[in-house]
Amino acid sequence: MDLSLVWAIIILFGIMMYIIMDGFDLGIGILYLFFKEKEDRDLMMNTVAPVWDGNETWLVLGGAGLLAAFPLAYSVILSALSLPLLFMLMALIFRGVAFEFRFRAHDAERHFWDKAFLCGSIAATFFQGVTLGAYLQGIKMVNQAYAGGPLDWISPFSLFTGLGLLVTYALLGSTWLIFKTTSELQTTCYKLSQGISMALLVIIAVISLWTPWMDSRIAERWFSLPNLLWLSPVPLLVIFFFYKLQRALKAKAETSPFLYTLGLVLLGYAGLGISIWPNIIPPEMSIHAAAAPPQSQQFALIGAVIIIPIILIYTAWGYYVFRGKVNKGEAYH
Amino acid sequence: MSDLALTLARIQFGFTISFHIVFPAITIGLASYLAVLEASWLKTRNTVYLDLYHFWVKLFSLCFGMGVVSGLVMAYQFGTNWSGFSSVAGSVTGPLLAYEVLTAFFLEAGFLGVMLFGWNKVGPTLHFAATVMVAIGTLVSATWILASNSWMHTPQGFELIDGKVIPVDWFKIIFNPSFPYRLVHMVIGAYLATALFVVASGAWQLLQGKENAGVRKMLSMGLWLILLLAPLQVVVGDMHGLNTLKHQPAKIAAIEAHWENKGDEATPLVLIAWPDMAQEKNHFALEIPVLGSLILRHSFTEQIPALKDFPPQDRPNATIIFWTFRIMVGLGMLMMLLAATSLWLRYKKQLYQHKPFLTFATAMGPAGVIAILAGWFTTEIGRQPWVVYGVLRTADAVTPHTASEVGLTLALFVIIYLAVFGMGTLYVLRLVNIGPKTDEALQGDAISVNPGDVDAFALAPEFHPDAKSPANTKDQ
Ligand code: HDD
Ligand code: HEM
Ligand code: HEM
Repeated sequence: MDLSLVWAIIILFGIMMYIIMDGFDLGIGILYLFFKEKEDRDLMMNTVAPVWDGNETWLVLGGAGLLAAFPLAYSVILSALSLPLLFMLMALIFRGVAFEFRFRAHDAERHFWDKAFLCGSIAATFFQGVTLGAYLQGIKMVNQAYAGGPLDWISPFSLFTGLGLLVTYALLGSTWLIFKTTSELQTTCYKLSQGISMALLVIIAVISLWTPWMDSRIAERWFSLPNLLWLSPVPLLVIFFFYKLQRALKAKAETSPFLYTLGLVLLGYAGLGISIWPNIIPPEMSIHAAAAPPQSQQFALIGAVIIIPIILIYTAWGYYVFRGKVNKGEAYH
Repeated sequence: MSDLALTLARIQFGFTISFHIVFPAITIGLASYLAVLEASWLKTRNTVYLDLYHFWVKLFSLCFGMGVVSGLVMAYQFGTNWSGFSSVAGSVTGPLLAYEVLTAFFLEAGFLGVMLFGWNKVGPTLHFAATVMVAIGTLVSATWILASNSWMHTPQGFELIDGKVIPVDWFKIIFNPSFPYRLVHMVIGAYLATALFVVASGAWQLLQGKENAGVRKMLSMGLWLILLLAPLQVVVGDMHGLNTLKHQPAKIAAIEAHWENKGDEATPLVLIAWPDMAQEKNHFALEIPVLGSLILRHSFTEQIPALKDFPPQDRPNATIIFWTFRIMVGLGMLMMLLAATSLWLRYKKQLYQHKPFLTFATAMGPAGVIAILAGWFTTEIGRQPWVVYGVLRTADAVTPHTASEVGLTLALFVIIYLAVFGMGTLYVLRLVNIGPKTDEALQGDAISVNPGDVDAFALAPEFHPDAKSPANTKDQ
């Protein structure tokens, strides 16, 4: 069995779970921009309060899985991107404690934790996006170690992916709120979702053109035959999901906008994955070259294979317990 | 890599982990305490337990939140700042951390929602199960991280190939020689720290004249636990020290500030001194002859290795760990004193009235946390100059960042941690000052101090037949 391949799939799965779950959760923080009322903000936070910690744990799994299965990649990627990653972690501190502190603060202090939640969510998302962009652009290595400078991660492309992720998470957040709320808040979210989804389409288009233009290998991956045929469903599906999303928003559907947004996000994620596969440190190092000794990959894999399904089951149960709409005043009754 | 950058990276690690460890220590203790409270309530239906549960769960969730965000930083810091360590030893610590995430963090996170917000969503038994799961999660988490940390102190079960650690025997890696001692010592430490915190909160309420059944109950429960655990911790600590003597003799020599063996003279115990690393001697030393041999060898004659037996570059800093160790042990002694006094006052039926005792108990509130930090400083600084003892030096483990880069992130961490966790501590103290009420469970919501704020999560009145009027009803 190709252990490195299996581990790459597990890590990709973990990151995907993270993007989906912490995505709507961070998105709600971003949407605090558009909601000023205390009741609205309480309600928005309550839609994720019981699950946010679990959502963030997927990020820890991503890091730990990478360290376990590809320690070299972990050490090179994290030291290259150390500044944006540390900035992201600092921002996550603010928004994470806001869940607890906001309700504990006296009325006069609350605005501070509202801002911490808002700014923390925005900064965390932005730096996550920047990290992603810098990673896609490639990491300079000599002798199995990072060989670039501390600020190499700053580039027009990475700043753009930072912006792109903000839009992505905002859309996940607003469609999640459509799903979980009623009345005016929901109505506002319908309006917001329309605007944000337009922006997302533009972002997807720009990134799809920018990456092949930036890197000839990515261009070759997508535009040479027969790849072009195999991969053409990806952009076609994007257009299809976008169309369905617009229809669903117009028809005031409550669940499907969130699902179509998930579809769009997954397609974007798959697209980026296709662009760099099978490298783990673009542009050169493959998953096999960065692999941990088989003893490590094997040992950790036993746990992952047995435990991840169990985690999925009780996580789903957690969401099931808190299913249904969250309403003003009597949420979760 | 400049020395300055290395020093800054070390300070950054020490600073962030020191904050982190405080919150897990309290959450490990409180999670178990909450499970005990809920079990007692289910068994007796005495609402005192239910009210206490609802009081302490608020503090639990605060500390838990701070533990999560500070822990997230730790998991990524190995890569951002210690890439040499990650690429050499990640093959061992990586899988252990991965198991921690899989078996502990997800378990805690998955059931935390139900524990905090699920009272009206699931039945009492299922809710209790969620509390127990969270408590188990915290203990499992401690187990994995301490296995990993202990392996760094007493590595075994691996081969070095091309300068990289290749795991050979996972059983040996996990059950390395210092792991059992460190695990037991740390978990007892966490329970002690929590018990002291609970006792201090109760004592503070009594000193304010705010007495009720819940306050008395928690004071009493905490003191029983300290009575049981403080002496046990001394015994475990002694065994831990003997184990360290076997595997890291230089650390013990530094802890004891024992510079050289003169002839066959039994090792004395240095009670107080100022160890001077440059001059290789102690200033102002106050020594008791033979006691060192007695404690560490359980013998009247046998010596322990001395600092001068090790080349200067391999000696840990005795000035620091001599003192951190004595702080820990001294606080351990004070805890025993507190427990013994409480027993006496129980017998005299004065436990809840005796002002000097209550003042002492309040002052001991932070003692457990300080002892834990002092213990970790001793352990970690005593391991220097190694990160993986005998295998990888700290200087080879660090990422070659520039000093300005590490300096910047360190400065940001200091500012953010002091501000955010400072406010968090303030909220904790505010809640402690308010104290548990007799209808706490109906004030209900697991998260708010402002009545009427988030009644969403308030407990349904049918849980609490004794309390007359809910302070904060749904239709308010
Ligand atoms: C003795 C116990 C103990 C020790 C020594 C440590 N931790 Fe910890 N950690 C816990 C006990 C714990 C915990 C009690 O299980 C926490 C507190 C809150 C929580 O979610 O779990 C936790 C949280 C926590 C989290 C967040 C988990 C989540 O998102 O739910 C991470 C990533 C880490 N820790 C990582 C570390 C690292 C890398 C450490 C060492 C360098 C470390 N911890 C020391
Ligand atoms: C997987 C577990 C751990 C790893 C990989 C690890 C690694 C390290 C590293 C790389 C350093 C920097 C070297 C140094 O300057 O000492 C360090 C120092 C330190 N660690 Fe650990 N550590 C672990 C667990 C812990 C835990 C659980 C604590 C407890 C709170 C802790 C407390 C400290 C302290 C206080 C220092 C600073 C000591 C100093 O700088 O001299 N460590 N550790
Ligand atoms: C008289 C009592 C005590 C003795 C003899 C003792 C002994 C020790 C020793 C020898 C170490 C260093 C282990 C090493 O070399 O790696 C240690 C570490 C430590 N101690 Fe204690 N201790 C005592 C009391 C306490 C108390 C009261 C607490 C906390 C409430 C505590 C918490 C810790 C912690 C957290 C560590 C670091 C983790 C570890 O290595 O286990 N100790 N102790």
